[in-house]
Parts: sequence; C-alpha cells; structure tokens
Amino acid sequence: MNSEAFRKNDQSVFYAVLGVIGLVVMAGLGAAYYMEHHGHVVTGMTNQIVWGLPHVFALFLIVAASGVLNVASIGSVFGKPAYKARAPLSGLLAIAMLAGGLMVLMLDLGRADRLIIAMTYLNFKSVFALNVFLYTVFFTVVALYLWTLMDRKMHGYSKYVGLAAFIWRLALTTGTGAIFGFLVARQAYGTALLAPMFIIMSFSYGLAVFLVAQAVMYRWNKRTLDEAVLRRMKNLLGVFVAAVLYLTAVYHMTNLYFAKQVDFEHFILLDGGIYTKLFWIGQILIGSILPLFLLFTTKKCSTVVFASLLVILGAFAQLYVFIIGGQAFPLNLFPGMEATSSFFDSGIHSYSPSLPEFLLGLGGLAAAVLITVIAAKVLNFMPKEDYSQAAH
Amino acid sequence: MSNPAKRRGVLGWLCAALGVALLAGTISASAHDEHGHKVIAKAGTTCVRDDEFMRRNHMKILMHQRDLTMHKGIRTTKDSLVDCIECHVNPKTNSVASSKEDFCMGCHSYAAVKLDCFECHSDKPKSADGVPHPAVSPTEGKDKQSGLSGKMRGQMQANPISSNIGGGVK
Amino acid sequence: MSKTDNSRRQFIGAGVAAAAGLVIAPGVTLLDLAHARPADEAASSANRWGMLIDSTKCATGCNDCVTACGKENGVASTGHPEIDPQWIRKIELKEVKSGRSHSLPMMCQHCAEPPCVDVCPTGASFKRADGIVLVDRHICIGCRYCMMACPYKARSFVAEPITDQKPGRPRGVGTVEACTMCVERVDAGMSPACVEACSSANHGAMLFGDLNDSNSEISKRIATYATTQVRADLALNTGVRYQGI
Repeated sequence: MNSEAFRKNDQSVFYAVLGVIGLVVMAGLGAAYYMEHHGHVVTGMTNQIVWGLPHVFALFLIVAASGVLNVASIGSVFGKPAYKARAPLSGLLAIAMLAGGLMVLMLDLGRADRLIIAMTYLNFKSVFALNVFLYTVFFTVVALYLWTLMDRKMHGYSKYVGLAAFIWRLALTTGTGAIFGFLVARQAYGTALLAPMFIIMSFSYGLAVFLVAQAVMYRWNKRTLDEAVLRRMKNLLGVFVAAVLYLTAVYHMTNLYFAKQVDFEHFILLDGGIYTKLFWIGQILIGSILPLFLLFTTKKCSTVVFASLLVILGAFAQLYVFIIGGQAFPLNLFPGMEATSSFFDSGIHSYSPSLPEFLLGLGGLAAAVLITVIAAKVLNFMPKEDYSQAAH
Repeated sequence: MSNPAKRRGVLGWLCAALGVALLAGTISASAHDEHGHKVIAKAGTTCVRDDEFMRRNHMKILMHQRDLTMHKGIRTTKDSLVDCIECHVNPKTNSVASSKEDFCMGCHSYAAVKLDCFECHSDKPKSADGVPHPAVSPTEGKDKQSGLSGKMRGQMQANPISSNIGGGVK
Repeated sequence: MSKTDNSRRQFIGAGVAAAAGLVIAPGVTLLDLAHARPADEAASSANRWGMLIDSTKCATGCNDCVTACGKENGVASTGHPEIDPQWIRKIELKEVKSGRSHSLPMMCQHCAEPPCVDVCPTGASFKRADGIVLVDRHICIGCRYCMMACPYKARSFVAEPITDQKPGRPRGVGTVEACTMCVERVDAGMSPACVEACSSANHGAMLFGDLNDSNSEISKRIATYATTQVRADLALNTGVRYQGI
C-alpha cells in the first residue's frame, strides 16, 4: 500500500476522532451554560442529593489523575526503568484528567462566575480550600516533572521533582478523601478510613486508565507492548484492585459493628434498590472480582485492557454508590423515632440524573481525552523501549 | 379683600400652589449627566456623599459596607442599600435596575458593567407592608412594630410570663 | 361654669396610673432585652442569641412559624418540593415503639461549633460574634459543601432565579441559604418572625433570647427545666434548644 496514502488516511481519521471528542466537550460546555442560565432546577440535583452525576465524573477524574502519576513515581522514586520510560505519558494523563475533573466541578458551581473569589477568599480550615491549593500546585509540580523527564538537560533533576510529585499527589488524594472523611453529619462519611481508601482507589483507577491509554497509543502507533512490562503492570493492577476490595470490606464490616450504622449498611448492602445493585454487581462483581480473575489468569494485552475497562466501570459504580447513595440515606436527627416533614426528613431520597448533568460529566471526560490526544500528537509521549531490561 | 369670590379665588390658587409644592417634594428630580443619562434622585435631598465621589467610589463603599453589615451587623442608614434605593428609585418603573431608564442600570448598561447586586437584592423600594429593616433606627420607624410601645408589646408577646411555670413541662 | 369636683377624677387617674404601672412593670425589665443595639455598633460575643422550643406546646399540623418565616423572608414554594428552599420546617415525630407522637420546628441550629463553617472554601458560611450562623451570599460560590456537612439539613440551595425578593431580605440563585435567625430583626431589638408568630398566636412554644444573659427568660428556663439539643452526641453546642423531645 502506498505509504503516503496510508499516512493521509491516518491523518483524516485522527482529525475525525479529534472532532468527535471536541463535539463532546462542546456539549459539556453547552450543558454547563444551560445549567448556569436556568439555575440548577434543570438538573436532577435537589436539596437532598446536592452532589450528583457531575461529581461522580469529576471525582473519578481527580482520583484517577493522582493515581495515574503512580506509574511515573514507581519509575522515578522507586527506580524501575520500565516504568520510568512511561513517566511522561503518566504525567500527561495526570494533568489532563485533573484539568477535566476540575472543569466539571467548577462549571457545576451555583455561582461559577465567582471563581476568582474561590481563589482569593480562602478559608484554610476547609479541606475544599486546601484542595484548591493542592490542585493548582499539583499542575505546576507535574509540569515541572514533565520538563525534567523530557528535556535531556534536566534529566538529573527528575528524581527529586518526581519525589516531590509523589508526596504531593499523596497529599492531594488524602485531601480528596478528606472532603468526605471530615463530614460528621452523614452516616456514609465521617471516617478516617476514607483517606487511605481514596489513595488505594487512585492507585487502582489510575493504573487502569493508564493501561487503556497506553494500549490505545501503542495500537495507533502500531507497536506491541513488551510482554514482561505487560505482566508487571497487570499484576500490579490486580494487587491494587484487591487492596480496594479489602478496604471496602473493612469499611462495611466496621460499620456493621456500630448499631447506629446498621440501618445504613442494610440500605447499601441489602435493600437500597439501585444502590445495592450498583454495589454488588457494579463495584464488586464487575469492578473487582471479574477483573481480578482476568488479570491473574491472562497473558494477552487485549484481555488486560478489557479488565482495565471493567475496573473503570466498577469505579464509576463505586463512586455513584458512595457519593449519591451516601446522600440518599436520610439524616437521622431523632434516633428511635420516625420523622416526617415537608423537607424530606424521612425516606430514601430519590435522584434521577438529568441530561445536562450527564453531558457535563462526559464533557469533562472528553476534555481530558482531548488534552491527552493533542499533547501526544504534538510532543513525543510514547514510552521509549530503549531502557535496559530490568531483571524479572 | 371683602369680595368673597375674589377671596375664594386667591385661596384656591394658594391651595393649589401649596399642593404643588408638597407634591414637588415627593417627585424625583432628574438631571442629566454629560452622557445624557438620567440621574434620578429624590428632589430636595442630597446624596450621602459628593456626586463626583459617588461616581468613582460607590462600588468601594458598597463592597466595604456589605462586609461591615454582613459580618459585624453594622446597619447605619448612611450606606444602606435599601436607603439608596428609596431615593434613587424611578417612580415610573418602581425600580433602580429594571431598564436603561433606571438609575443604576442607566450608567451600568452604558459602561457595560454587569450588575450583580440585584441577583439577590431587591431593586424595588420598601413596600407598604412594612418589613422592618434595621437601617431605620427604631425610634424613627414608621411601622408600629418599631415604635417604643410596639417594641415593648413585641417583647412581652415574645417572652410570655407563663402562667403555669411549674406545669409547663410534662 | 361651676367648680367641678375633681376628687373622683383624681381617684380614677391614680387607679389607672397604678394599674398601668402594674401592667407595664414586667415590660420594663423585658425592655432590657428589647434594647436594640445602636446601628453603628458591631455585634459582640457578649450576647449569644438562642431559641428554646417547647415541643409539648407544638401542635401537629400547626405551621404558624413556617408561614411567618416565609412571609418575612420572601421564601415561597415554586412548585418543586424537592428543590424549594425551606428555612424552617415542622417535623412530625413518632416514637417507633410506643407510638407517642409530637412535632417541632427544625431550622438552622446556629451551632457554636458549626460544621458548615469549617467546610466552606471561601468562608462565606460564618458565625457572627453573637452566635448567629449566616451565609455571606456575596462570596458564596454555590458549591453546596455546607449542605453536605450540616447535620440538621438546615441549608437549601437556590436553584431558580428569584425576582421578587423582599427589600432588606436579599436572596438569589446559585447561592446557599438558611435560617438567619432573622438577624435584621434581632439587630433592631426584635425577635425572629417565627417566635413572634408563635407568641402572637399564644401557642407559647418558641422563646428567643440571649443565652449569655443569666437574667433572660431563656436562660432562666434552661437553668430550671431539662432541655436537649438535637444530635447532642455531635457536641456542636447548638443555639436552639428543645424541651419535650
């Protein structure tokens, strides 16, 4: 086949894909404008479910963003050459996903026009405000880290900046978990376990996203991933998925020993309708057990990618149950009594996600993909294979 | 003037003149500034600050006062937004920001500076139902609740000396 | 004109004066409470405003406090019950085992350790020196984190543009709001609208006053009768106390 025509074909496919992703981003921005103009009444979010589908997408992106940097950290901080070669791609994905997640969060604000205020009036006791600080510095640190990785003159510094990035992303993920962990009001939150849980979740989601992105890049550039590298990474993902499963078990088992938490556990584990289904089928079966089985029994790249996609689906299910299920369960102001009021003090709160919310969340996801695709086209983020083979 | 008709005529004109004078106190004077924008303000009154000062600094006063009022509870009449509106309301539209003819919107639409205030604050003057607003000090309040006797009445009603102190709790 | 005998008039006058004195005397002590803070004086921590609600005097189905709040602050239903802001609501309670039922109004509890203040990223949710917890809607960005944090579900998000605000009671779309304890009225020396409505209707279920003043009616009652705070285990030291729950 004529190589010129082949390349031209590739180009047009590339721009077509870029166009589609761009359209999704535009749809997300349009949804945000619609919500801003008409008020949140056009969404499914209410005074009972205050954080909805956009927050599920945003939190996935933010948690996965800090986790995807892990690949680079294993390279720079723990000195594994196979991972070090992948560090630039990992850094790019971190920046892109954090940008996408923050885009969703900021556009969902009731007064998004007051973003400057959010950056100038900071209440440092609020973990949200600390997060604003953590996210902005994260961008800078990772950008610096990318510079040390990709500029030959700066290679010597990559170890130090990599360490800084590693510590910073741990702080960032702890902060993200603490958003919920510091809330005393609701039965789903308010536990110190959420900080390490979010860190492990970030490891798992981040690596899953990385494997998918890496596979796409390799396929596009018609290269095959080295089997040894694939084996290491898939096993690592398996370990992370198992760790998330472990912490989930600890979280629920502990709750079951607290009499005041038993009603909430029954809701999540037994009779919560959609939330119970999403927990057992989405998070546990599709998101944990099936991927574990696939990851530890396969050698094929395509199966690993499929397992990673399952982990991502499970991640969405987990976040949906956590964020929305946690709000759906009513606050218990008067233990031992049934309370009814005009403000929905009793009964499970209902929530039906609306199209604008879904589009906004999807738009953020597409923005992350767009940034990655454009950057990968412009700069060379393909993992180099000329590292010295580490002993396995 | 012994002629009764003449007396009635003069008296009538005097009454008419008095009526007009009284009315003039309530209608708004509207001067035009150099851009041709109506500067609506209650006739016979002066602004709490200089015109030129206000033109340049009203936003600073508003920003500073809102923090004082919100966080410290300082509700002096001088810089009260509700009092600004009382004076600057356009009697035709009963508002300060509903159209380009109104006081605030006139300049703001020309300068293309979006007004955020009236997303939350009412752009209309206090209505007759007398929602007590704190900028009017209680002794000069018009509604019955802010008069001295009204306050006493309100307090006695709010803090009833219960007749069954002993049996109030089951 | 003959000389009138004023003795009866004097007697009646003296009697009226004495009766007036007896009637007004209690008001004179209460006048201390009614003394409005001067407009240019800041709120101080010498006061701590609180409410005492006697739920035994609260009738099931009575909504006087809720109606008064709506009228005072311009909070009205827009036909979307799940989205409508509600600053105060009546909760009907029924004990599961015994079936005993009673009701009470629930609003922002104006905690001394408010979780909503701790979590607000911009500091819009704040506690004033005299204990009233407010949302500074000038700097609220509408993130709704305080709504997640409030243990009493006191806060509401304004989800629709509002155009008919009451002058002096600003509220707008995209910000979070809650019971302000009628701070504008309190600063003018009055009690909140809900308390006023409950008293005018002679239900006697709600009492407002200065918790820091040991001579106030509310402090005396709290010192005499058993009162509780809702979700007392959270140790938030609420400004709103309840009897009979």
